[in-house]
Amino acid sequence: MSVALDLDVALFEGLCRLGDSTLVLGHRVSEWCGHAPVLEEDIALANVALDLIGQTQMWLGLAAEVEGKGRDADALAFRRDVWDFRNLLLVERPNGDFGQTLMRQFLFDAWHQPMLKALEGSGDPRIAAIAAKAGREVAYHLERSADLVIRLGDGTPESHARMQSALDRLWPYTGEMMMSDDTDRALADAGIMAAPDSIRPQWNALVAEVLSEATLKAPDHSFMHKGGKQGTHSEHLGHMLATMQWLQRAYPDATW
Amino acid sequence: MSTEWPLWEIFIRGQHGLNHRHVGSLHAPDAEMAVKHARDVYTRRNEGVSIWVVPSNAITASSPSDKGPLFEPSNAKVYRHPTFFDIPDEVGKM
Repeated sequence: MSVALDLDVALFEGLCRLGDSTLVLGHRVSEWCGHAPVLEEDIALANVALDLIGQTQMWLGLAAEVEGKGRDADALAFRRDVWDFRNLLLVERPNGDFGQTLMRQFLFDAWHQPMLKALEGSGDPRIAAIAAKAGREVAYHLERSADLVIRLGDGTPESHARMQSALDRLWPYTGEMMMSDDTDRALADAGIMAAPDSIRPQWNALVAEVLSEATLKAPDHSFMHKGGKQGTHSEHLGHMLATMQWLQRAYPDATW
Repeated sequence: MSTEWPLWEIFIRGQHGLNHRHVGSLHAPDAEMAVKHARDVYTRRNEGVSIWVVPSNAITASSPSDKGPLFEPSNAKVYRHPTFFDIPDEVGKM
């Protein structure tokens, strides 16, 4: 009994890690709407943002169901505070310039795609189904972000410099994606979710290949920030949530 | 050097068996990106199964001012339209 209960707690946590990461990145990307450098990129970014928000509805919807306390995906997204969020630190980084936004997207997609592939094999059919649906969207996200990182990295001196600086800036936030803690290990042992560190070989290979084609160089230093998955966030997330949540906070249960 | 990306004409096939149809145009640095942009701009609502992109400057168009000489002469030649035949009902839609 207590084992089953603990596993549900871990599962809620694991689902929030996935759903909060797609939610926060989706919101960040949506901040570009109407501001992207060209109309075509504006629409492409909005599509990616919408895909991520759609995935959030599925992950957080399932999280709420597993939790069983009468909350739903909206309650989790709009009525929790910063310390309850379980997203990766990488996705809460501010957009910066277009290069930083794309680099953040690529570094995340290169993890997201193999992670979803692994989750398709989950022993929980609900997780496998969400992963399969999201996987088709994310395959395109990865194709697009990898392609643009290569084009801009191996582009003009200006675009190369911006992409290299984006990489240097974001690199210390990549390690957290592939660190497993007790929750991750419990879920992996139960065959429900893939352990984050199992994604490392695929991420390394993909990132090395794309960066080399893009003529970009990953920083040598190995210091990595961590804590997002456990609820310790940078100051940026609070500002983002204030913008994202204010309407539901000011007018609870307001409907369209 | 022009800072504007070249213009591409986009053709989308709605379903297998139908023709590619012109849906509009967009800017992209090359053909590959034009296909990606077309996917994002023109197939958001499940409109297509195949995309063609053509550089707009590869299209040679007739001049609007030639409309008269080009098209009007056929108005008077009713014998070019097979409207004098009775089509049996069994043939169905042609």
